[in-house]
Amino acid sequence: MKHKTFFWFFLPTASAMLLFIALPIFSIVIQSLFTPHDAVIIVTENCDPFGCKQETTIDQEATRDLRKSEPLGKFVGLEIYKDRGHLAVNEIKEIWVESNNFAEFRNNIGNLPFYRAMAFTLTFTFTVTPLMLVFGFIIALAVNSLHQNLKGLTIFFSLLPMIVSPLIGSLVLFWMIDSRGIIGEALQYVFEDPDLSLKASTGLTWVMLIVYGVWHAAPFSFVVFYAGLQTLPMDTIESAKIDGASRLQQVWYVVIPHLMPLITFVALMQLMDNFRVFEPIVGFSAEAHAQSLSWFIFNDLGGETRLLSSAATSSVLTIIGVSILLFPVLIRTWRDFNEKSAK
Amino acid sequence: MINHSLKLPISLKVSISIFIVFWLIIAAFPFIWTLWGSFKIEADFFSKADWMNALFAPRTIAEKGGAFTGDGYYGAWVQENFWQAVINTTLVCFFVVGTSLTIGTLGGYALSRSSYKYTFWLLITALIFRAMPPITLVAGYLLPFYEWNLWGHLATTVIVLVAINQPFTLWMLHSFFQKIPKELDESAKVDGCTQFQAFRHVIIPVMWPGVITTGLFSFLLAYNDFAITSMLLSQNNQTMVPKIASFMGTTQTEGNVMFAVAAVVSTTAPLFIMVMFFQRQIVSGLTAGAVKG
Repeated sequence: MKHKTFFWFFLPTASAMLLFIALPIFSIVIQSLFTPHDAVIIVTENCDPFGCKQETTIDQEATRDLRKSEPLGKFVGLEIYKDRGHLAVNEIKEIWVESNNFAEFRNNIGNLPFYRAMAFTLTFTFTVTPLMLVFGFIIALAVNSLHQNLKGLTIFFSLLPMIVSPLIGSLVLFWMIDSRGIIGEALQYVFEDPDLSLKASTGLTWVMLIVYGVWHAAPFSFVVFYAGLQTLPMDTIESAKIDGASRLQQVWYVVIPHLMPLITFVALMQLMDNFRVFEPIVGFSAEAHAQSLSWFIFNDLGGETRLLSSAATSSVLTIIGVSILLFPVLIRTWRDFNEKSAK
Repeated sequence: MINHSLKLPISLKVSISIFIVFWLIIAAFPFIWTLWGSFKIEADFFSKADWMNALFAPRTIAEKGGAFTGDGYYGAWVQENFWQAVINTTLVCFFVVGTSLTIGTLGGYALSRSSYKYTFWLLITALIFRAMPPITLVAGYLLPFYEWNLWGHLATTVIVLVAINQPFTLWMLHSFFQKIPKELDESAKVDGCTQFQAFRHVIIPVMWPGVITTGLFSFLLAYNDFAITSMLLSQNNQTMVPKIASFMGTTQTEGNVMFAVAAVVSTTAPLFIMVMFFQRQIVSGLTAGAVKG
């Protein structure tokens, strides 16, 4: 295809992505370096027979004009990155000096909002991803051994947790684990604790969100692994059997190596997707105990005062995090492409 | 694999069956339970006294005269104007799917037919864009959208969703187009067609399976989105998912959580029907990216 034809074919999609993905990324980097203008203050001196008083008032008009003429605000460099709501550089230094041991240091850092969100996001990402891989793999093995007629039906029901919007999926579960819902009451019965509420403790909230994450993501790995199982080399399995391999050994030495490229694919995709966890926190109303980086941005953007600079700064930090997780994906794609073009 | 399963020892067969039933309950029961509960009143669905109340609904019978009540649906659809959100979602989904498939097929086709190195870099860029969490972009949208009075309109949200959807659409369509033999449009070009005519008359008639699968995923993205729609739409233009989230804020205190339950069921039902009809396409779409690498 000629360069010119390619250009015209590709122009619409390229301009959409440039305007609404590339430009906003550039824009948040800029925005994160600016902060809204302070109000313009005028000092007037009122003199009466008993003396002079200085009065400070906010010049509403000038403030509005200033904010309108420079909507970005004033340049502050990396100040917002260093403030308490983000990387909290000064606070960390203080904590480092004041803490007697590492455990105390870690605990104190946990009180800083950004690091708390970071801790939850990373915990969620690195627990949900392996769990959903294992769970999806077991489901795929089990469904694969089912009778042909049952497979379609099983796949239909298995897709449901993944296909519904995360917010709706989490609400559905949230209502069931409510202390007046069916699972909530069952747990109270099992643990013989009528006041047990999953929402009340940080640990249980995290467990609840992770269980939700696995429930939501397992169908994806199941479907991919199930498709992979259809291409399993039967003669390798046969020869493994003849050599006396048990079922477990067949799975371990034949099936898993065969699925390895798919496992890496799903794992890499899931690491990136779980890192953006956000809707479940809204759905489970879990923000008191668990905040993620995305929720952090959402919170800054919503509400009465839209804290654009703060949200932009969190966004940039989140994008840096995603980029680190993205790196292995890029290397893999690069390698695949070179292999293909070498052929 | 069918022969394989016949040889399974009975103990393994039993444990597999138990596991499958266990998984099906986990996957499907929450939805069935919520559907059932959406026809009860709150005192039954959220019963402190006895969970069996949700099944037999004594309070619903006492208050409404029957075991089922449509009050939740009436409250959500009529009182809280959920029908408005349904219309908005329909509009958003229709235009997002239409636009992203149109510009996506053009772009994906071009990527699959050009042999220059830059196609690889474009695909890599798309992959990087695909990794960006949508919520991180919102801070970049708000300032210009306020300045130019674009904020709050359905059209703005449609364009943003189309753009966010493009990287994924491009990758998927690119891999579908690569399966269509290049000789097909090459020969049309030999016969004197321009590239666009070759695309129009030769490729479009054979590309539908891939386009339908991609369209399903565009639809799901637009239908399920919360981050963008909740931030960029004004109160009147809200789609279903942010509308449900706003129910949680306002109605929970009034004891009308059943409105939200009914709205959730109303939102999930179309997805069920979609999966029923398009299960094969969804499965093939999910695996397309993976199996090909």
